[in-house]
Amino acid sequence: MPILVNGSAVALPNDPRVSLLDLLREGLHLSGTKKGCNQGACGACTVLVDGERILSCLALAVQYEGRSVTTIEGLSDGDGLHPLQQAFIDHDGFQCGYCTPGQICSAIGMAAEAKRGVPSHVSADLSTDVRLTREELQERMSGNLCRCGAHNGIIDAIRDTVAAELAA
Amino acid sequence: MSILDTAREAAQGLVQGAMAKLVPLAPDSWIPGGVPDPLIARKHGLIGTSVSRLDGALKVKGAARFAAEFALDDMVYAALAFATIPRGRIATLDVAAAEAASGVVVVMTHRNAPRMKQPAVFGSSPTAAGPADLPIMQDDRIHWNGQPIAVVLAGTQEQADHAVSLIVTTYDVEESVTSFAAAKEKGAAPASFMGQPLLNEIGDADAMLAAAPHKVDQVYRTPRHNHNAIEPHAATIAWVGGDLVVHDASQLVSMEAATIAGVFDLKVEQVRVTSPYVGGGFGGKCLWDHQILGAAAAKLAGRPVRIVLTREGVYRGVGGRTLTEQRVAIGAAAGGHFQALIHAGTTATTPHNNMPEPFILGTRAGYAADSFKLSVDVVRMNMLANTFMRAPGESVGTFALESAIDELAADLGIDPIELRIRNEPEVDPTSGLPFSSRHIVEAWRAGAAKFGWDKRGLPGARREGEWLIGMGCATGTYPYYRMPGAAARITLDRAGTALVEVAAHEMGMGTSTTTTMVAAERLGLPLEAVEVRYGDSIIPGAILAGGSQQTAAIGAAVIAAHNALVAELLKLAGNDSPLAGLSPDEVGSEDGGLAKLDDPARRESYASILHRAQRDHVSVSAEGSPPLELMHWSMHSHSAIFCEARVNAVTREVRVSRFLGSFDCGRILNPKTARSQFRGGMIMGLGLALMEETEFDERNGRIMNPSLAEYHVPVHLDVPEIDVIWTDIADPHTPMGAHGVGEIGITGVAAAVANAVYNATGTRVRDLPITLDKLLV
Repeated sequence: MPILVNGSAVALPNDPRVSLLDLLREGLHLSGTKKGCNQGACGACTVLVDGERILSCLALAVQYEGRSVTTIEGLSDGDGLHPLQQAFIDHDGFQCGYCTPGQICSAIGMAAEAKRGVPSHVSADLSTDVRLTREELQERMSGNLCRCGAHNGIIDAIRDTVAAELAA
Repeated sequence: MSILDTAREAAQGLVQGAMAKLVPLAPDSWIPGGVPDPLIARKHGLIGTSVSRLDGALKVKGAARFAAEFALDDMVYAALAFATIPRGRIATLDVAAAEAASGVVVVMTHRNAPRMKQPAVFGSSPTAAGPADLPIMQDDRIHWNGQPIAVVLAGTQEQADHAVSLIVTTYDVEESVTSFAAAKEKGAAPASFMGQPLLNEIGDADAMLAAAPHKVDQVYRTPRHNHNAIEPHAATIAWVGGDLVVHDASQLVSMEAATIAGVFDLKVEQVRVTSPYVGGGFGGKCLWDHQILGAAAAKLAGRPVRIVLTREGVYRGVGGRTLTEQRVAIGAAAGGHFQALIHAGTTATTPHNNMPEPFILGTRAGYAADSFKLSVDVVRMNMLANTFMRAPGESVGTFALESAIDELAADLGIDPIELRIRNEPEVDPTSGLPFSSRHIVEAWRAGAAKFGWDKRGLPGARREGEWLIGMGCATGTYPYYRMPGAAARITLDRAGTALVEVAAHEMGMGTSTTTTMVAAERLGLPLEAVEVRYGDSIIPGAILAGGSQQTAAIGAAVIAAHNALVAELLKLAGNDSPLAGLSPDEVGSEDGGLAKLDDPARRESYASILHRAQRDHVSVSAEGSPPLELMHWSMHSHSAIFCEARVNAVTREVRVSRFLGSFDCGRILNPKTARSQFRGGMIMGLGLALMEETEFDERNGRIMNPSLAEYHVPVHLDVPEIDVIWTDIADPHTPMGAHGVGEIGITGVAAAVANAVYNATGTRVRDLPITLDKLLV
């Protein structure tokens, strides 16, 4: 069974060592997903698998047989932009742009987690629905490093869009 | 050195010496910037408006192509092996298993690498960009722990990574210096930076310090740092015929091309370096061994190569900021007047490069004092060459100076802002030059009001629950630089659109956007009618993305090219034009054409001029003026940084809860991207203050935390909402009235945090980073 990448069926790599990240970047030339550390420390390689955010550098491609992978390239068509992509531009939520695809995919996955009621380290009350305060968003996005220092703009962009419904 | 060389150097020295004496005395109007750039007076154009990044859509879609994302036919992947000793020789290097591994194309070591010249070391000529004066994989010598000793090329990255793990090496270890203490015991030497001694002595500072009624005299320490751009260093490299193409992540494409040409004995025009997008630079994305090794391996294999450093590889092969030990001693009168200002200390570099961290630079023009002693000494250690990292000098120098001022203010019982203002100089206190633009007092007043500085209490006085809360402040400063060699090419076509080309770089600063804004404004064209190309060594001129100088260098080059364009268009306009008979000085660009400055009704559009001249386009190139303004005025950016820190009374962990930066950096060209630059600098300053340290094993010179998991940078939860304001007062002597804003943001921040931590707890930490163990006292 193939992997579905942005809706297209993709054959599994012959070499079982190939990470999902390297399959995307080198095999499929979907280089929007970035390699920052290749060891799960920076979040630049974040993609969505069946709607959940994962670090594609720590994932072997062959483990994702039959799963549906969405990368930054799959969030919008042609010249169109996902509302979060537009919000990143509006809030200047990036500078060099290298961590950006990972931040965007991570935020979408994060918002879905919050909707499902998944708590975070800073959630004070586990018995109520999640409210995405600024601190909650900061904590939940802390696995995505940004070295240029666009943190304020990133959080603002997320608050305005994918986290708006649960914002507090 | 021949007699001729000596004579030439002496002559150059005479010329430079004479220039240094004469340029300050020359009338302002002779100096670039002596007559203000007309764009400064233009208030209703594009400049100063918030424009979203023009490359924004590409970046948020992941469609901007970075160095490792160029796909070439028949390409192979590289992996590097690194030495594990600090100094010595390779005794045995067994690559047989690697060569036999699946998919391996070639294993390159010093035994089979192409013969290459040593890269010209940075500073040895205007185009030199080499990291050190060392040969690259040409012999069995090891100069640092982590030096590349082999390159494996294979069909896939997985194959290369596996094969490199099969290489077995033994060494003959030689004596090395890997501890700072041992290096100091061997003796320190006076340091120089960019050819100038790092030494200023005015009056007898030691005697005046001894006699001063109030004084502070402390030693401050800062550790090694790494840039840690999220994009690891990478290049995709191909030989095309005998020419070399390097798709790189570079902040100096032209210098890199020239230096690589020297290594491979090529003409400069045979090497093309492109760098359309750089995933963060901060001083680290320059020329290091990996680009040269990639090119050499590509030559050996006869195939294009992609070389992407692993994160560990970045730490092994790309130097960072070196450590410093700084004494700051200030003697003051009871009213706070500085009688003696001593800022002196030691930094470490290697035997093979010359980059002493110049931590006194910001002190030279910081404050008035009756006497000064400022000096940097350097010791040599066997380690990877260190390099420039965001605000080299000022970032760590302001930590020491601005901490000491806070200590003195506490001793004197004077508010630290007031103490700074009382020592505000009227002219540059060490060079004697007038300031081109200095509005730090306005920045302090505005910042203090907005931050609520008047609510600061005594040390340890404010507590909420288990959190101790304090406020601190510090001055930041960074020079205005403009380096020679910048050029711009403007091509204007009959449709009324312009292509502006500069050999500059976009690493996230917003350079491509602001360059487009400024060029459009200067040409009198709408933003959409101007395209800017950059990041390619085939573009004329050289513009280093360093020293926060790109904005100024591009600005001056575009001024020169625009002047040339106006002259060329007037020639083409001929006698039938309403502009006939006018000289270039009498006309300017507006509304898609040229117009007489004092009679704008006399005008003709660009399209009309080109049409009548039967030209599809006109293209001109020009170099910016020599940057004599730097010798005529003392030119600096300034900031007042405010911090509120919370220190947990139990665990002593530190959280920064509020930050405000009040900046005095000339006119702000694009508030949207400038704010991001300021915030980004401050966030890197937060890392410098609280968490960043490259751990160096002093027993063997090996970096111990070569990963983003073990080298901590600020994450989202560490970063508060950062308030940024600015004076927006144009510097009358710079292009557009602007200053570069890439580095000023990091300066002063570590001291503001340390001073806030002191105000929260009563504990001074003089040794960065301020980790909780240092507060458990």
